Amino acid sequence: MHEYPVTEQIIKIASEKAKENNAIKVCHIALVVGEHSGFIGESIQMYFDIISRGTICEGAILEIENIKAKWKCPLCDITYMRQPYSFACPKCGQDGLPTNIGKEFYIKSIEVEVP
Amino acid sequence: MTNIEKIDVVQDIYEENDRIALETKESLEKVGVFVINVMGSPGAGKTSSIINIIRSMPEESFYVIEGDIESDIDTIKLKELGINAVQINTNGACHLDAPIVQKYAKKIDMDKPGILFIENIGNLVCPAEFRIGEHIKMLICSTAEGSDKPYKYPLAFEKANIILLTKCDLKEFVDFDDDFFRKGIKGLNKTAPIFEVNAKTGEGFKEVVEWIRKNR
Repeated sequence: MHEYPVTEQIIKIASEKAKENNAIKVCHIALVVGEHSGFIGESIQMYFDIISRGTICEGAILEIENIKAKWKCPLCDITYMRQPYSFACPKCGQDGLPTNIGKEFYIKSIEVEVP
Repeated sequence: MTNIEKIDVVQDIYEENDRIALETKESLEKVGVFVINVMGSPGAGKTSSIINIIRSMPEESFYVIEGDIESDIDTIKLKELGINAVQINTNGACHLDAPIVQKYAKKIDMDKPGILFIENIGNLVCPAEFRIGEHIKMLICSTAEGSDKPYKYPLAFEKANIILLTKCDLKEFVDFDDDFFRKGIKGLNKTAPIFEVNAKTGEGFKEVVEWIRKNR
């Protein structure tokens, strides 16, 4: 249920971009999905196959690039992946802060067929 | 003969949702309405906290949009207390999004400046991902849920502007580990204040209300 409306949005954006470029078919969609975006690639793919039927996106291959979430230590100025039950910087041991790395959720590019 | 062309897009999938959320926020701002997105698990005490805050601010006008998968139990409860409320039933969807909130916000006659609570679907996951037109996000977490929640559901704690720890009278019965809970939040969010409350007695809500008055 959760991925359904966002998948509709992916098809809408890809279709609009394809039409702007006079394309007749979308063959490939490159998506960037952060670990903390809350969306699961496989689930998007399942809805995509259903919702895209009869649209310019039907049959397109979804390529999903997953991004791991990273924290930033303001003292050491490094980014790192956190350990379970901890937010500590691996260098100094102080708690860092969440960053936007891992929250991505966007269409990077599409490949289209043009006559 | 057809050719394959690559088109760079780099477009956020939330863009349309965020545009509508901003529209709602700005239109409510014009009539002096401050919007609070209330998030939390089912049974955390979202409605009870809303009622306590409303009771503690008699000078203010309040409006409530209640989000639930099914039923209008909470809306009936609020209306019986004389609170202007409307119900959204998502029929399965796990969170509110900007388009549905915009539609229902138009159904409440917000004739005076005040505060609009939008009680999101009881869920500690998806509501944190969608802007719905709020000025602030209020996270309600109860002691009975356990002190490990910031570690298990980090995004909700990270995005919150204010956190209410409810059912504080149950702490001793559920072995609530205060330090572990606060340490988890600190690793995710260094600015949101944490208020300990008890909706049954109204304890702790005075401080919550003071914070809202200062930050609206």
